[in-house]
Amino acid sequence: MSTLTASPIPEKLTKKDLTADHPTWCPGCGDFAVLASFYKMLERRQLPHENIVTLAGIGCSSRFPYFVNTHGGHFIHGRAVPLASGVSLARPDLHVFLFGGDGDAFSIGGNHLEHGARKNINLTYVIMDNSVYGLTKKQTSPTSPVGFKSKTDPNGAVDQPVNPMKKLITAGATFVARSHATQVNHMIAMMERALDHPGFSVVEILSECVEFFPGAFDPGNPRKGGEFRQIEEKKRDGTPEDELRHDTTDELAAYKLASETSPGYFGVFYESDRPTKNALEDRWIRAVQAKTGQSTALDLLQKTFDRMK
Amino acid sequence: MTTTDPQNPHPSPSGTRADLRPEHIRDAVIRLAGNSQDGIQSAGAMLARLAGRSSQDVMTYMTIPSTISGGASIFQVRVGSGDVLSPGDAADFLVAFYQHSYEDNIGFLREGGVLLYDSDNVQPDTEDKRFVHVGIPITGLTVEALGGTAKDKGKNIFVLGLLAKIFDFDVEKLKRLLNEKFGGKDESVLSTALMAFQAGYAYPVSNVLSTRYKFEPSEDTGGRAQVTMDGNQAIAYGLIAAGVRYGAAYPITPWTTVMEILRAELPKYGGLFVQCEDEIGAVSMALGFSYSGNLAITGSSGPGISLKTEAIGWATMAEMPLIIVNVQRGGPSTGLPTNVEQSDLNQAIFGGHGDSPRVVLAPSNVEDCFYIAIEAARIARNYSTPVFILSDASLATRLQAFDEPDLANLVVEFRPNLTPREPGFQPYPLESLTQHAPPGTRMLGGIYPTVTGLEHDEMGHPTGNPRLHTAMTAKRRKKLQKLASEIPTPEVFGDEEGEALIVGWGSTYGPIHEAVKTARAAGESLSSLHLRHLNPLPNGLEKIFARFRRIIVVEMNDQGLYGYGQLATILRARYCDPKISSLNKTNGLTFRVKEILEGVLK
Repeated sequence: MSTLTASPIPEKLTKKDLTADHPTWCPGCGDFAVLASFYKMLERRQLPHENIVTLAGIGCSSRFPYFVNTHGGHFIHGRAVPLASGVSLARPDLHVFLFGGDGDAFSIGGNHLEHGARKNINLTYVIMDNSVYGLTKKQTSPTSPVGFKSKTDPNGAVDQPVNPMKKLITAGATFVARSHATQVNHMIAMMERALDHPGFSVVEILSECVEFFPGAFDPGNPRKGGEFRQIEEKKRDGTPEDELRHDTTDELAAYKLASETSPGYFGVFYESDRPTKNALEDRWIRAVQAKTGQSTALDLLQKTFDRMK
Repeated sequence: MTTTDPQNPHPSPSGTRADLRPEHIRDAVIRLAGNSQDGIQSAGAMLARLAGRSSQDVMTYMTIPSTISGGASIFQVRVGSGDVLSPGDAADFLVAFYQHSYEDNIGFLREGGVLLYDSDNVQPDTEDKRFVHVGIPITGLTVEALGGTAKDKGKNIFVLGLLAKIFDFDVEKLKRLLNEKFGGKDESVLSTALMAFQAGYAYPVSNVLSTRYKFEPSEDTGGRAQVTMDGNQAIAYGLIAAGVRYGAAYPITPWTTVMEILRAELPKYGGLFVQCEDEIGAVSMALGFSYSGNLAITGSSGPGISLKTEAIGWATMAEMPLIIVNVQRGGPSTGLPTNVEQSDLNQAIFGGHGDSPRVVLAPSNVEDCFYIAIEAARIARNYSTPVFILSDASLATRLQAFDEPDLANLVVEFRPNLTPREPGFQPYPLESLTQHAPPGTRMLGGIYPTVTGLEHDEMGHPTGNPRLHTAMTAKRRKKLQKLASEIPTPEVFGDEEGEALIVGWGSTYGPIHEAVKTARAAGESLSSLHLRHLNPLPNGLEKIFARFRRIIVVEMNDQGLYGYGQLATILRARYCDPKISSLNKTNGLTFRVKEILEGVLK
């Protein structure tokens, strides 16, 4: 859509180049590992520095853009998906990364998440889910389990929590994955696949809030006696074992896999190659422009005004 | 109707025969009254376009019920050979399709005016000698002309033919308009329309109405052709001329047609307009477009603007350029969705959390909708700030003819400025205007900027530093003060000093000017001042106010708890001038000239 000049990559992009302010998170917060994994992934991929965009809404995890030295934006609570969508739709040259928490994604921004997924906007959304509101100091979140005691549910939460994987699958997200903040290599792998996926790619990462919900994700952490159960994806090798493996293009199988939530499965639940809104709109723009030929803006507007004479 | 023959001011039904010399007129108000599905809008719109093409000045006024289908509806066209400033206080010609159309609108016909009614559906009080009664079986003749189907579709075009005959309109031009309107469709649609038109035109109307009229040629065409469009079109095309290529919105009356036009048009220019899931998503996506280096537009009407408010606060804090169009309607809440009001001025100026100064502009008429859109884009870019355009329901649907803009000198193209930025680049410099480096820009010093809604230092780092919050709050205020110094002081219409000065803003421009003209012709001392820039206000208004004994602010909103309308309250607060008073109106309709005269000359 825009004519842009490609800039040469001057040298290797390192973690040092990508590091900005020191994170303000509490010591022990799971988000540190997510940030480290993001640096690693970027180091590995060597994208042009100026074309990386890091955006976020509001929450502990949404401070992310301040800690990453790329073009960045810190928006308002829950609305970062449409902000990031605007950047993505107008600028195909950019890599749009969006970071946020469970409140941003599944509560105040739930509607935007649904529609960003439905429209299949080309961007990567990393949701750091800690199942509690940490920045405002321990209120119930949309993913807090029933019985969770918080300042807004002193007797224990009563509302059924959101199932993020199910919500994303039914909304139409075209890449849906889940990871755990104690599993750095897995996080990197998931983020990398999300980056490579053309479309609305989401990685939910269980990221412990050591201050207000300690131990929340121990069941998925082998070092705390839990189990990190990875999804075994189909290799399509024709073997009998492969029959049992998960077909990531099977929506119903993905939905079924998502039914188990604690600790649940980790890995890619669902992926689809449905065309992105970016591609569909671009196709339309090209078709319209093919009809009007090489007309300048002045020619086009003059023609419109001639019809109104 | 202003006639040039004082000997024969009113048409007469008496026995003169057909094909007499036409009576020359300068101005006529024609009101078509029917139901919303009768196509009276399209017939009226064609009259307006015809007038525009004939270099006549034209203004229309329409009411469409907010029901989905059906319901009483009117379309009023005022055609004049000079300046047409308002849709007219009274009709010279009323076309009534139904009994209710007659009953609801006859009070609007001036004495001596012509009532043209469908004698198949309307039984007027023919004893009422104030009016000239012309009954024509419009329904029956239309059905007959179109081959005897029971449907009465086409009545509107039949009436267009009748009016063409009565007003001696240019038939060839009208047929060309019919071709443009229906030519793209099934061939039978066009031939049906032409048949209906011919039937109306061929009707021996001179048997029932002796007079025919002819508009005097317009005295000043300025050499430029006229274009005819409504206010929402003018805003959309103004934005396109200004190089705005991206936008996002959610449908709401009467804003929606702006987004419909932009959705269809922007791809031709390589841009994109997106219909979002809701108002908040729309303003957020528009801000994403702006952040990407492409100044964007979002828009809505009152209730939708309320929803966008938090994100507009972010635009002020992050200093992100954005154009927000509010096509005002009656409020609060769902209010009067298809009626006009100017009650969102406070919302536009003050409707934000925190100290959040924003620019607010208001177009005076349809033509100004085009130019103010261009100005809004220029201000948003130069000052990196959100800019409101306050239009309203009456401008949105009013067709008006105006001199074709000089597009060659107005159309601009913008691309995101991705020039690499030198080391030391600051997104929020305290001593100069913010100009962001959009993503994709190489930062030669290696430090990449973050735009943010948190209070920040010059580099965009969050800070709670008391000194910095004071300094940054002042930075955001000072840029609007700088803008104020660049806005020209508006000119007074009428004498530079005197008894009374009307102050107006937005779509009241026309009726206020007509009121001033009328009053001055009658020897009254009355002037007016119209404000297009409402926040910041232009400098120098106090000097103008000082030259008048009374200042009356005329606006379509409530007088408020303390007796003053929204602009009047702001002007009183700003200038501490007790001479400033208010004339308000809240019935959902535009000001009549008479109402203004009665209100200000008492």
